[in-house]
Amino acid sequence: MMDDPRDLSGGTPRPAGTFVHRHAAHCESGVMSGLLRHYGLDVSEAMAFGLASALVFVYLPFVKVGGFPLVAYRMAPGTIISGLERALGLRMHRRRYRNQDQGRADLNAHLAAGRPVGLQVSVYWLPYFPPEMRFHFNAHNLIAFGRNDAGDYRLSDPVFEEPVLCAGEPLHKARFVRGLFAPKGLIYYPRRMPGRIDYAPAIRRATRKTAQRMLRTPLPYIGVRGIRTLARRLAALPQAGNDLRYARLFVAQVIRMQEEIGTGGGGFRFLYASFLQEAADLTGERRYDQAMQRMTQAGDAWRQFAALGATLCRAKSSDFPALGSALEECARLEEETYRLLA
Amino acid sequence: MRHDEVPQDASAILQGERKALYALDQDGRYTVVPSSGWGAEETATAMAVAAYAQAAAEALARARAGQASPIEYHMYHHRLDSPTLAQETGLWHWQVKRHLRPGPFARLRERTLRRYAEVFGMTIDELRDWR
Repeated sequence: MMDDPRDLSGGTPRPAGTFVHRHAAHCESGVMSGLLRHYGLDVSEAMAFGLASALVFVYLPFVKVGGFPLVAYRMAPGTIISGLERALGLRMHRRRYRNQDQGRADLNAHLAAGRPVGLQVSVYWLPYFPPEMRFHFNAHNLIAFGRNDAGDYRLSDPVFEEPVLCAGEPLHKARFVRGLFAPKGLIYYPRRMPGRIDYAPAIRRATRKTAQRMLRTPLPYIGVRGIRTLARRLAALPQAGNDLRYARLFVAQVIRMQEEIGTGGGGFRFLYASFLQEAADLTGERRYDQAMQRMTQAGDAWRQFAALGATLCRAKSSDFPALGSALEECARLEEETYRLLA
Repeated sequence: MRHDEVPQDASAILQGERKALYALDQDGRYTVVPSSGWGAEETATAMAVAAYAQAAAEALARARAGQASPIEYHMYHHRLDSPTLAQETGLWHWQVKRHLRPGPFARLRERTLRRYAEVFGMTIDELRDWR
């Protein structure tokens, strides 16, 4: 499969063996920013996240993850890759493998050719992750950019400050776990790079899409309405049939989704605000700057919500209605943000 | 969040690693700031980890009392529950729930045991001869 019908004329790729690692908040936006930069297009992590319209809020009480309702602050895995293809006119090569040996051989061949590639992996089997952070999340992303003399892989895991080394066996296992979002050894890299990017319309389309989704999805589980639904639900905790322990674990789960899972703080809201700031710079449009200010306030409100939630988790308080009000404030600030962008 | 508000709580969970947060510098510009962790987040993660550890300890006691198969213990020990274990093994959920009982577990075929052993990163013998 080492055919390489690539047209990278849109940018000048960096020479082989010169991959530059950069610390990022989120794996998928960090990987896409890193790959694009290497292959000749300087797109920041925040710009990658924003242009792909990756920001969202989803609360699905009837879909349980680890026994708790699903809460998500960003779109499903893979959205940033495909969203950037659409927004930039980029084409990615993607390959998943039924034959695991082929998946390993192809990765080695890419690296031998000096070609950094994106990989989808499970966090659980990566030895360089701190043990307490190793959960069964199969849609983590990283860049493999080489191997050392011992055959270990040089990885640029964007959520780590520095590049890391990983032995072959755990990496292989992480690439081929089964389950939800099973990576099936996914390898991806740019096949066709865009030429010049017309930022103004791309930004307008992307922000409008996010704003519409957050304001106008006709379901009480998505967007600003979803935040309000969760706020009401939290205010009513603990409910009959659910004990206090469940209520506290549920709050902990929401905080984890917001802060632990590489979000840049405030459930991706600061990352998105950073994108809006870049958007204002590139286009000179004032409303992006105004939206950035509001989104920053929303991110701060989310942090306050998490801080309050943690005091509930520590059993230092059981004022669930106050937690609901804190979340209501997030909804209010986000609504104002999206009204500026719709 | 401003740079001086980025928490540096030296989280035990991050173990010296630092995560990238986005915060405003003095000129009101967003940049990445490495954070050594945040107490609120540490509380939440520690609770999730402790919930699995507690479930694993209870499952181990049940297994020793002959009321559960070792799969239940390994499942919680590996931070899984029965629906996620079903997904990771490629078995049906009702099968996994059945295999949590000692009787059906004792009658498992080698092929099915191997699926569990792979998910748990152990050998079939380690899974079977857990005592």
